[in-house]
Amino acid sequence: MSYALRSYEFWLTFYRRTWRGSVATSIVNPVFYLGALGIGLGTLVNKSGTTPDGVEYIAFVAPGVLAATAMQIATNEAMWPVLGSIRWTRGYYAMLATPLQIRHIVFGHQAWMATRVVSSCAVYLAVIAAFGAIHSPLGVLALPACFLIGVAFSAPMAAYSATLENDAAFIVVNRFAVIPMFLFSGTFFPISRLPQVLRWVAYLTPSWHGVDLCRSLTLGRVDWGLAVVHVAYLAALAVTGLVFALRTYRRRLMK
Amino acid sequence: MNAAAELPLVHARGLIKRFDDLVAVDGIDFDVQKGEAFGFLGPNGAGKSSTMRMIGCVSPPSGGTLRVLGLDPVKNGADIRAQLGVVPQEDTLDLELTVRENMLIYGRYFGLGRKVVHERAERLLEFVQLEERLDSKVEPLSGGMKRRLTIARSLINEPDILLLDEPTTGLDPQARHVVWDRLHELKHRGATLLLTTHYMDEAEQLCDRLVVMDKGKIAAEGSPVELIRRYSTREVVELRFAAERPPDDLAARIDGLARRVETLSGRLLLYTDDGDRTAERVHELGVQAQSTLVRRSTLEDVFLHLTGRTLVDE
Repeated sequence: MSYALRSYEFWLTFYRRTWRGSVATSIVNPVFYLGALGIGLGTLVNKSGTTPDGVEYIAFVAPGVLAATAMQIATNEAMWPVLGSIRWTRGYYAMLATPLQIRHIVFGHQAWMATRVVSSCAVYLAVIAAFGAIHSPLGVLALPACFLIGVAFSAPMAAYSATLENDAAFIVVNRFAVIPMFLFSGTFFPISRLPQVLRWVAYLTPSWHGVDLCRSLTLGRVDWGLAVVHVAYLAALAVTGLVFALRTYRRRLMK
Repeated sequence: MNAAAELPLVHARGLIKRFDDLVAVDGIDFDVQKGEAFGFLGPNGAGKSSTMRMIGCVSPPSGGTLRVLGLDPVKNGADIRAQLGVVPQEDTLDLELTVRENMLIYGRYFGLGRKVVHERAERLLEFVQLEERLDSKVEPLSGGMKRRLTIARSLINEPDILLLDEPTTGLDPQARHVVWDRLHELKHRGATLLLTTHYMDEAEQLCDRLVVMDKGKIAAEGSPVELIRRYSTREVVELRFAAERPPDDLAARIDGLARRVETLSGRLLLYTDDGDRTAERVHELGVQAQSTLVRRSTLEDVFLHLTGRTLVDE
């Protein structure tokens, strides 16, 4: 493990050079989102008298956006930085000229992606709490949930990125997978409002499992049986992603 | 000298590398001894870099035997790499970070403590004449400076073998000489250098011993002087012509003036032991060349003789 820490240390050093922009976004974004959706849009929703789950809209939407943020950060951290380390900066090759092995390169980078996810989500969670939108102490568990969501997305995405020649596929993934998941897997409205067929599609998306898990925790309405399903599904995706990443990294870097 | 000290640092027998249908390295044998500067000379696609990557334990051999520092690169890759210094063909420096940070990060990959890395970084950057750029970003550095930084970085773990894959490709002549100068200095200090190159002057300058590679095979092996003696003559007379092809009957006319004649695009090479004498006799025959040059034989001539082709595509 100490070997993976050495590659983690690279990402940390690298991030120190560029952190200002991303720290700003990770604080400003949640404030904007919660202000616009929770308070702005929420005023309309609350007046309609049919608020989802019977809570004020901000308490409904905030955990959804939290989970979606974990997904988006994880996916994007596993796109350009991974391909760049192979094609542009060639940083993975630098690591591979030392005692570091493929697994250390994969785990070190994944650990770094998880750090980005968890630190951003922690800020988000604090902002949600400041808006008074966390209804239960169980809400704290939303943070480890975000970690799990993060790896469930970053590991498979990194495995895929390591097979690419250029970044054209990233735009496709964002447009046809990440954004639809962001919009339609229970983030902004309950998926019970979706037509039956689409509802089943939504059940299969990892983002719905993440959103539902986070929401049940911050609202303190946990169905433990369902929570186990969520965790198992996300964990399975994370483990599968890691196994594939080890394979695609090796195939790419050690030809 | 005890038995262990006589073991070659790198030992290859029947070494093969295949990529799908392509055979990049086709059963090569070589040994590299401690303290040697050993070169792989050949054109692009000869299999030099593939060989280098196998020695660097980042590319598993497809067949044959390879031992580096007495260990098997497939089983003990990480242990071997801990003792290697690698200067890859394409830079792997981080352009966003400073010179010092690049050294630090790399040293940490080897598990070295910060203090040790800082000390070594300062010493090594002084060695490659970059001590004044310690805290500048890498991006604005010239190609030659980046190369020197890569060399300094590759020495951070005090390696037993330094692998240099085309160390001066893409550098201007002045920058190349600075790099050569530093590599010479390393040689004098007893370092073991393995390098690939398609520059014959580089091979002649730096290598104690080299193999000439062509199409995945070793065409010849020896010191630069030995190879020239064996496969070429002492001197060469180059006759240059304005036309693409020298006059057809010319080769026949000058036959007998030289030990061997090679016809290239726009020039004839006459291999001889006394260049001036041969040039004189060519002149006496009334051959109208645009220019005549008498020069020493180089590894380029060796390569031409062995393969019938020039090293760098014309």
